[in-house]
This record gives sequence, C-alpha cells and structure tokens, in this order.
Amino acid sequence: MLRGTLPEPTPETAWFWEGTRLGELRVQRCDQCGQHAFPLSAVCLSCYGRDLSIVASSGRARLYSYVINHMVAAGTGPYAIAVVELAEGPRLMTNIVECPQTPEALALDMALEVVFERASDSITLPKFRPIRVAND
Amino acid sequence: MTKPLVSIVGAAETSALGVIKDRSELGLHLDAALNALADCALKARDIDGIATAGENPSLLAQMLGIEPRWIDNTNVGGCSFMVHVRHAAAAIAAGYCRIVLITHGESGRSGVANMPWSVPATSPMGQFELPYGPLSAATLFTLPALRYMRAYGVTEEDLARVVVVQRQWAAMQPRATRRTLTTIDEVLASRMIAWPFRVLMCCLVTDGGGALVLTAPDRADDFPHRPVHVIGAGECVEHLMVSQMKDFTSSRAFRVSADAAFVQARIERSEVNHLMIYDAFAHVPLYGLEDMGFVGEGEAAGFIAEGHTAPGGSLPMNTNGGGLNYMHSGMYGMYALQEAVRQLRGSSAAQVPDARISAVQGVGGMFGAAGTVIMANAS
Repeated sequence: MLRGTLPEPTPETAWFWEGTRLGELRVQRCDQCGQHAFPLSAVCLSCYGRDLSIVASSGRARLYSYVINHMVAAGTGPYAIAVVELAEGPRLMTNIVECPQTPEALALDMALEVVFERASDSITLPKFRPIRVAND
Repeated sequence: MTKPLVSIVGAAETSALGVIKDRSELGLHLDAALNALADCALKARDIDGIATAGENPSLLAQMLGIEPRWIDNTNVGGCSFMVHVRHAAAAIAAGYCRIVLITHGESGRSGVANMPWSVPATSPMGQFELPYGPLSAATLFTLPALRYMRAYGVTEEDLARVVVVQRQWAAMQPRATRRTLTTIDEVLASRMIAWPFRVLMCCLVTDGGGALVLTAPDRADDFPHRPVHVIGAGECVEHLMVSQMKDFTSSRAFRVSADAAFVQARIERSEVNHLMIYDAFAHVPLYGLEDMGFVGEGEAAGFIAEGHTAPGGSLPMNTNGGGLNYMHSGMYGMYALQEAVRQLRGSSAAQVPDARISAVQGVGGMFGAAGTVIMANAS
C-alpha cells in the first residue's frame, strides 16, 4: 500500500530504482575500502574514495528506530515509518510489512528482510518484513 | 568570561501571537521588525544590515525603505536566527555594518500568504523518505527518539514529564497558548500522533513573529533598554534526511555548535543559570541537555524529574513554556532568543531571579542543523 508520494529518479539514482523493479536491493560499495554507502553517494564517507561500485545487498536488516503514524485517513490504520540498518551498514527509511503495526510486534533490532512493493509501472518500493524463524 | 561579541539592544515579538488571521507572513515580519525598532527607539533608516529566513531580504528592504549593505538569508530551519546572531556579530566586528535587524514571521497556523513546506519528488528526501509516508515533522523529527529511549531506558512518562514541567513555566506567561497546568497522565492520554508521541508532546502550530536589533557592544548603552551581550555562539549542519542522522541517541550538530559557543564564551556550563532548548518535540530538550554538556549521556530525563529545570530549580529551562506550550510558528528559534533577552533584561513574565547568563540552543530541519547563542546581561 502506497503511503506517501512516489519518487522521481535522477541520473544518480536510476540504478537503485531499476534494481527494485527487478527485485534486487542495490547499494554502493567503495572500490578502495569496501565500505557500503547509502544510495546517492558521490564519495565514500569512510575513505573519500570516488570509485563506488553498485552491488546487490543481502536484503537483510535490523529494525533501528520507528514511529507509528496515527495521522491516517479514515478507514485505514496506523502504520510504522521505520529506519532499518542493512547488514552491509547503510540505513534506509522504509515501512515494515507483514507485521502488526504495534509497539509490541515491532521490536527494535528485530531481524528483517527486504520485500518489493510495486507502486507504479516505473517505481517499486523496498519494504521490510520480519524474518520468520524456522518451523514458525 | 570573554568580552561581548555583539549586543542585542532591540527585541520584540509580533503584537499578537497564536491565531492571527488578519496578517500575511510578510506582515508578521514587518510587525515584528517595527516593534523591535520601537523597542530600541530606532527608525528603519538606521538599519544597515539585515538577516532573515523564510522571507526575501530584498523584499524586506523594499518594504522598510532601506538599502542595507550587509545581508544574511541563511535558512537551515528554525535555528536560522541563532545563526544570524552569530553571523551578525562577525559582520559588525568586521565593519560590514553597524546595526543589524533580524526578522522572523510565519503564518504557520492560519497560512495567510505563507510559504508551505514542499519537497520535490526528485530530491533525496523525495526519493528515499517521503514514499514511506512521513507527512510532516511529527513523523520525521521524532524518528530517532525510540532508539534513544531504548539506549537509556527513557520512558513515555519521561517524555510526558518534559511537557508537564514546561507547562509550569507557561502557566506564568500570559501570551502562551497552552497555560493550564497538566499531568503526566493527561499528556499520555492525549491524542496519539506518532507513537510514542502524543499531541501534547508535539509543538504547537501557531502564527507570529519576532525581531532583534544588534549593534557593537561599545554602542550598546545608547539605547533605552539594558543591553544583552552575546558572549559566545556556534552553528553546525549535519544532515537533511533524518534517516541519515549519524547517531540516533545524540545530535552531533548540537555538540559541535554548543561546544563552539562555550569555548568562545570562556565559561563553564555551571555558570549558565537560564537555558532555552528548542523543543519541537518533547525529546529534543533531553538530547539538548546532554549534547550541550549540562548532564551526561542518558541523564537528562532524571535531571528533569529531579526538578532542576522547573520553577525554583537550579537550571530553569524553556521559561516561556517552549514550542510545546508558548508558541511554535514553524521556525521557533526566534522565540527562544526573545525569552532569553527578556530574562536577561529582567522583564520575563516568568522571571528567573538573578538571571545572568542564558544559553539558547536551536535546532533546524529534522534534527540536522543547530545554532547556539550564549548571552549575558550587563550586570
């Protein structure tokens, strides 16, 4: 479910949105020091190397912080706006799906994995869901 | 203590605060400017430097009939006015101008000819934050709080207590919007906005403005009011997107800005006896107390619970009631500066006995910018 406005990619971010459309969460990685970077980076903030490669993220993350927005249209329920920390390091804003939108269900540091929500022909949004433990 | 950098000789808010339907945003700037000029018995033609945020300085010059030779239109959000004070101090010391007017006006509630917040879909925020539904500051500025609460065991009751204590100050302020004493239970029972934040933990959205007039310290005694001297100031920007804030439990921008101000002022934290921390939401004073160095990491909630920031406490904080209770037009920093000036003049409606040194911490954007001003009175 679309919560906000749709992004319009720029030359620096077309690869990110192409990736999500193909079901792949892509980030940047510094060729020099190996540090991963938030999409949009022009330079590695660790070593200031300018050669950044585009790589696929594992899609694994942990729930870093969130609020549960209660300012919602009639007929819809509150939803969490979250920041997750990817296993590779960068943090992203996102929504947590396939999970009750309650403080009890949304435990900080819980393990998450990326899922892809098609929002339009050109835009697919990366969202995250709890990783179910085996035999759950 | 260092020698004064610059002096605040004129200070005033708009004639009305709260809901003002009969003035445009520009009109609020001008009302505040004319009130501040009257406060120091100057005419607009005496001004040769102008600073503002949220309005075009060229338009203000046109409307005031002046040709200022120094301009600052820095806009990093609600702390821009703290930054303007710092820049004005440097400009006056450099001889770029002699008398600076800083104006703020905002029709935040009534929206009369205002400039609404808008974020292009092509911008970094538009691409990587807004698609997930954060519709306002209430769901962006608040995002780091849960991580902070987890790190230090801070509870929802602690957030509510920030509101309760500041309301004790607001109760003494006739111009405050929320003046009735409240309780932790009442705050927690108020309408949920963005868990864990209830509506009473979020700043007001009101209309108003304020302005300051600054000049060199050696001229400061030529004006009707006791001068308030700026003895230290700082500024910093860290991020625009709150999701990229480096440490969710501490504002680096606060630390850089406040440290610069205290180093320049050459005073200890313990010498400060009046404090204003821009409280866009109830968690910000907690970060501010820690990041400014008044208490250690994770100690702010306990410090407030012990009564130190309340009336009669050792470090009176947000004595106008804050953005939570007094007023918040959107860029609240100007009102924090105004209350500090009133306290150091001895004219606040919630006057702190013997207020001598006031530290004012501003925040801008979604926790990503900071401005600090430390003031002292002439005594």
